[in-house]
Amino acid sequence: MLTSLKNSFKHGVHPPENKEETNGLPIRQFPFAPLIILPMQQHIGNPSQIIVKEGQEVSRGQLLAKANGYMSVPMHSPVSGNIRKIADVLLISGQTSPGIYLEPFPYSGQEVVVGKPISLDASPEEILKGIQDAGIVGLGGAAFPTHVKLKIPEGKTCDHLIINGIECEPYLTTDHRVMLEQADDIFTGIRYLLRVTDAKEVIIGIEANKQDAADHLTSKVPTDLPVKVQVVPVKYPQGAEKMLITALLGKEVPSGGLPIEVNAVVVNVATTAEIGRLLPHGQGIQERVITITGPGVKKKGNYLIPIGTPLRYVLEQVGAVDNISEVYMGGPMMGVSASSLDISIVKGTSGIVVFGDNEVRKVGKIYPCIKCSACVDACPIFLNPSKLGILAKFEAYDTMADEYNLMDCFECGSCSYVCPSNIPLVQYFRLSKALVRKKKSAKQQKSNA
Amino acid sequence: MTILTAILALGGLTLLLALMLIIANKKLYVYEDPRIDVVEGMLPHANCGACGYPGCRPFAEALVKGEMLPGKCTVSSEEGRNEIATYLGVDAGSEEKRVARLACAGGINVAINRANYEGMSSCRGAALISGGGKGCSWGCLGHGDCEEVCDFDAISMNAFGIPVVDEAKCTACGDCVEVCPKDLFSIHPVSHRLWVACKSLEAGDGVLEDCEVGCTACGKCAMDAPNLITMIHNLPVINYSKNHQTQVPIQRCPTGAIVWIDEKGGVIKGAEAKKIIRKGKLKIGES
Repeated sequence: MLTSLKNSFKHGVHPPENKEETNGLPIRQFPFAPLIILPMQQHIGNPSQIIVKEGQEVSRGQLLAKANGYMSVPMHSPVSGNIRKIADVLLISGQTSPGIYLEPFPYSGQEVVVGKPISLDASPEEILKGIQDAGIVGLGGAAFPTHVKLKIPEGKTCDHLIINGIECEPYLTTDHRVMLEQADDIFTGIRYLLRVTDAKEVIIGIEANKQDAADHLTSKVPTDLPVKVQVVPVKYPQGAEKMLITALLGKEVPSGGLPIEVNAVVVNVATTAEIGRLLPHGQGIQERVITITGPGVKKKGNYLIPIGTPLRYVLEQVGAVDNISEVYMGGPMMGVSASSLDISIVKGTSGIVVFGDNEVRKVGKIYPCIKCSACVDACPIFLNPSKLGILAKFEAYDTMADEYNLMDCFECGSCSYVCPSNIPLVQYFRLSKALVRKKKSAKQQKSNA
Repeated sequence: MTILTAILALGGLTLLLALMLIIANKKLYVYEDPRIDVVEGMLPHANCGACGYPGCRPFAEALVKGEMLPGKCTVSSEEGRNEIATYLGVDAGSEEKRVARLACAGGINVAINRANYEGMSSCRGAALISGGGKGCSWGCLGHGDCEEVCDFDAISMNAFGIPVVDEAKCTACGDCVEVCPKDLFSIHPVSHRLWVACKSLEAGDGVLEDCEVGCTACGKCAMDAPNLITMIHNLPVINYSKNHQTQVPIQRCPTGAIVWIDEKGGVIKGAEAKKIIRKGKLKIGES
């Protein structure tokens, strides 16, 4: 095993980790909710297309909706039951999407419908199709369709396949438990990924606070696989793929480019495990591991929760306190604070962090920028958040995008975290990016017309 | 001698450059109608774009060319438009005054919030975080981006956090339409007084849980004025090409979602509309 505690990226922050409460707890199966609500927009791209009817009986693992185009994935039933209704459902973004209301049969079992297996000898195209058919998206949180990410563009080669087991978000221990408990699935998944990417070496990147997972995986590495496990120091946002490539390979992904520009492909470790678990049986994704933690939860732990379980039901089961103040879907740094408990668990939900009234610090008064440059020292991609923040106030969005590389910002929130003046920098940038994108698409539409 | 050389050299250079300027002035001369400057001087210099041109000068050029009539400028006063028309010797033309109308009435006294929003005080910023926390996914967030963006002080936030458009000041420039993240504003001729003040695509009790003045899609207005109103996606859609100068459709509306906006910008609700007496803010989850 290669332990290099020097290798990391520059800048970044060190938020309190708060992982010790759940990182020792094994993954447990979560009960079926009395009503499962499945939104069709769980991934980046086109919403899935519903192929079932109201009143139809479906089995666990059955296809409910097919992929709508290349940039989309299908949806499978997480439970055997009745389709109650097909109607719009609320998403975490506050928007609505078509969805399926599914009522599980009483005493519904855990058996899953088995489909056409994809063997390891299958062609790379067949495996990519299999990954899409299994409904697999990036389980780290972004929910980007994995088959799109794995498609190596013409003329490019992939030398390094990086398995992302960093999990730099505070509180979350999902990937940690997956690495400890699903090592065999991970290595099967790596075999599939190697067939697709034709990579020469595989690096599993793990932060130093998960040494037990690193040791476990190292002891399990099959002799015929070119896999090395690399431990890197704890720092946020190391789990961002560009930061991880810098930390592991010492290369920088060019501005606006994808990891393939430096001959690398990064896949989340839970996604890899899911590929290794589902493809040999031709199944689709029905549930995922989610860490439920935070001071507002009584039964903290890592749970295997069916996709589409309503958030309200999850909180009831784990005994959330009465005076819930904030519920984060994802980690506290990059996750989204849910504005309603009527949303569902989706494929991209990696954790649920609950805070009570007493634990949340109210947003302080926003003071003017004092040019202390704390944000400049924190920004992992060497932007100038201070300058960008001032430009955002003057709504100089074009200058931000053209001269200060706004679009490279991946909204890790390090700048807001360190700002002593409480300036909501990352929110400014999120808004600015949305407006720049809107303007660009409007321009494109105009030129097309 | 040195001084003389200097004077001659510089003098010669001056003459040469002056000659070049004179030639350039003659050769590269572009004729511009002097009336453009005059007309531009008469325009209000708001550069708002309501006429469809990028600013007042391009509009003045169009006026002088005869492509447009002065009435297209809704910011000018009646006298201003007539002055331009007299100067150019054209008909003033009449453009019906248009104003921005808001398709939401869910103020803090009638519409619930699912969650408190903390952060930058901007609707566009709030809309990116879980939709802003308002119970209704389509409703006004009330942080006043439209009030801020309006160059004519035509929009003011009322006591319940809902923007109110001053018809006299509004020039229909469309800045508020552009800025609203929930797309609640649209530009309408002032004669469009029959108005649906709701954009919720939900129907029935689901609407009332979030907002007391939302449209429940009961369809009574469409029954009372079948030629004028059709229900599309759980909302009444008024066909303004028909005769819409009638207050009949608003009468039986149970929530007061379809209203009549009178000349002073006041809102008239139907006789059966639920009376809202609450003045204070609703707490989270209360309805």
